[in-house]
Amino acid sequence: MNIHEYQAKSILREYGVSVPRGHLATSVDEAVQAASELGGRLCVVKAQIHAGGRGKAGGVRLCHDVRQVREAAKALLGHRLRTRQTGATGKVVHKLYIEEGLEIAREYYLSLLVDREAEAVAFVVSAAGGMDIEEVAASTLERILTLPVYEAPTREQTSAMAAVLGLEGAQADVFHALAGQLYHLFTACDCSLLEMNPLALTGDGMLVAVDAKIAIDDNALYRQPDIVAMRDEQEEDPKETEARQYGLNYIALDGSIGCMVNGAGLAMATMDIIQLKGARPANFLDVGGGVTVDAVCEAFRLLFSDAHVKAVLVNIFGGIVRCDIIANGLLEAIRTHPMQVPVIMRLVGTNEQEGQRIIRQAGLDVRWASDLNQAAEMAVAAAGGA
Amino acid sequence: MGILLKQHTRVICQGFTGKQGTFHAQQMIDYGTCLVGGVTPGKGGQRHLARPVFDSVAEAVHAEGAEASVIFVPPRFAADAIIEAADAGIRLIVCITEGIPILDMLRVKRHLQHCDSLLIGPNCPGIITPGEAKIGIMPGHIHQPGRVGVVSRSGTLTYEAVAQLTETGLGQSTCIGIGGDPIHGMDFVEALRRFEDDEQTQGIVMIGEIGGADEEHAAAYIRAHVSKPVVAFIAGATAPSGKRMGHAGAIISGGKGTAEAKFAALEQAGVCIEHNPTLLGVRMQELLG
Repeated sequence: MNIHEYQAKSILREYGVSVPRGHLATSVDEAVQAASELGGRLCVVKAQIHAGGRGKAGGVRLCHDVRQVREAAKALLGHRLRTRQTGATGKVVHKLYIEEGLEIAREYYLSLLVDREAEAVAFVVSAAGGMDIEEVAASTLERILTLPVYEAPTREQTSAMAAVLGLEGAQADVFHALAGQLYHLFTACDCSLLEMNPLALTGDGMLVAVDAKIAIDDNALYRQPDIVAMRDEQEEDPKETEARQYGLNYIALDGSIGCMVNGAGLAMATMDIIQLKGARPANFLDVGGGVTVDAVCEAFRLLFSDAHVKAVLVNIFGGIVRCDIIANGLLEAIRTHPMQVPVIMRLVGTNEQEGQRIIRQAGLDVRWASDLNQAAEMAVAAAGGA
Repeated sequence: MGILLKQHTRVICQGFTGKQGTFHAQQMIDYGTCLVGGVTPGKGGQRHLARPVFDSVAEAVHAEGAEASVIFVPPRFAADAIIEAADAGIRLIVCITEGIPILDMLRVKRHLQHCDSLLIGPNCPGIITPGEAKIGIMPGHIHQPGRVGVVSRSGTLTYEAVAQLTETGLGQSTCIGIGGDPIHGMDFVEALRRFEDDEQTQGIVMIGEIGGADEEHAAAYIRAHVSKPVVAFIAGATAPSGKRMGHAGAIISGGKGTAEAKFAALEQAGVCIEHNPTLLGVRMQELLG
């Protein structure tokens, strides 16, 4: 789960990390008032959307007076911001964060993540702040240090990181304290990513998180109620939000063939074979193992109400999932959402005969496929070919 | 033969009396698994599915000589269940549970460094040696004793490959689902090493997916150490970057962990790569003749 920059900063502040003073604004007037409260001098107006690359897309604006804040807020609020992470449609800006401007001496990159290779929490640091870390890695101009730690970082470890950043003496001490605070935050809040890009060294020798991004491990949300309360559903695809409420794993894509599959691996493989046959999947959808008739019904409704979907491919290899549950879910769904696109079904495994009988008896016009290869070919043809 | 799991392997179930545990324990018994009992704290002394229930894994090991355990406990208790099994001396721990917090798994992996236990999973279908025994949730009837080892990060996609191997008559020696989580127990390399040493196994089907570098490590290992033919498929060639595709571990981040890179690494290692997941059985048949 992702949270906004202003929320990430409130958590950082709680753990003792320095962040610039700032206020949230949801209207132009609020933005102006926030800027006045910050002193009416240099401040930064930042669009709050769940996507990186805001700066280059014009979503972060430096303002020298309140009049400029008003202009920036007008230009951003209610408008779509397209960054390299939002896709072509962009994201509508509903919230702004107005922050005091700082006198910055240097900018660094600092993040914590779970290192799959080392099987540990790792710090990633680079002296190239403000840039995409992938770009830094590709350019190799600046050194990137990835340092796995199994508990709070030791003095030796933070010294190694400080050296990469060129921090010495009192500044290295400040960094040591910061690294400890961040490790504590990361583990206490079940983060999967904690990124400060940039982390700034100010003129008066402070290390301040000028930008902050925090992502939380979805599997740990049950023990992070305060963070769950920060979820902003406006930032998520409404179909994905709806699917999640039914325990479905759904990701919207931009192709023409709607997919319903059991199991994440098989769901990906189904998308892949659709592409192999010359068309593109409209979504990833794993109904999961413990699926109910209600959830299957919801899954079909999602697919049937998607205007991009020209054909639906159902690929169920029932293990825990029973084919009769899938069949009954389809019957339930068509009460409110009649089938207006061809439905291709490959329904095998647990209770397959019962599932097929239910659909045949209801007289539904679905097209049966005996295996996945045939199902994919039929779906591609039904959706208008390659 | 097959690897790790035999007909007489003595298995217990943690989370025995729960809904999932009960259902799948019965399925395992029906398949022929030597399930000698189970563990549910607070229910020790009772009997369930005509087998003894214990309060702890240590008691089950002491009373029944349990060597392997299958874990069905809910995500918030699963890490401690794995650690309990390891501390009790369980040799093979199969964790089916999906949704364990990643920081909990880091703790588990650190603990296991000091134990002799082998962990399969979590978030996996388990392991089956067809015709002998199964530990997990896979449908037993689609399997057939035979000569191909299967190792996979997926559940249902593995069934797809298994069904193809059964259809071609090749069958399977042992099938292992190593799970879809980013931090997990057994990896491809460990499974490949055991399949290479196993007399019954003549070929290996490997099913990877986007995210992490397990497949790249497998490729390096195959190049150096595996003489048997390997057929590989990687799921997620069409997955968008930065999105978690159902499995916690299936995510392309920072341009790393793509299906393309994994296919390429495996191909360079001499593996027969196949982009169509419905042709894995056919490819293996061509290789084994």
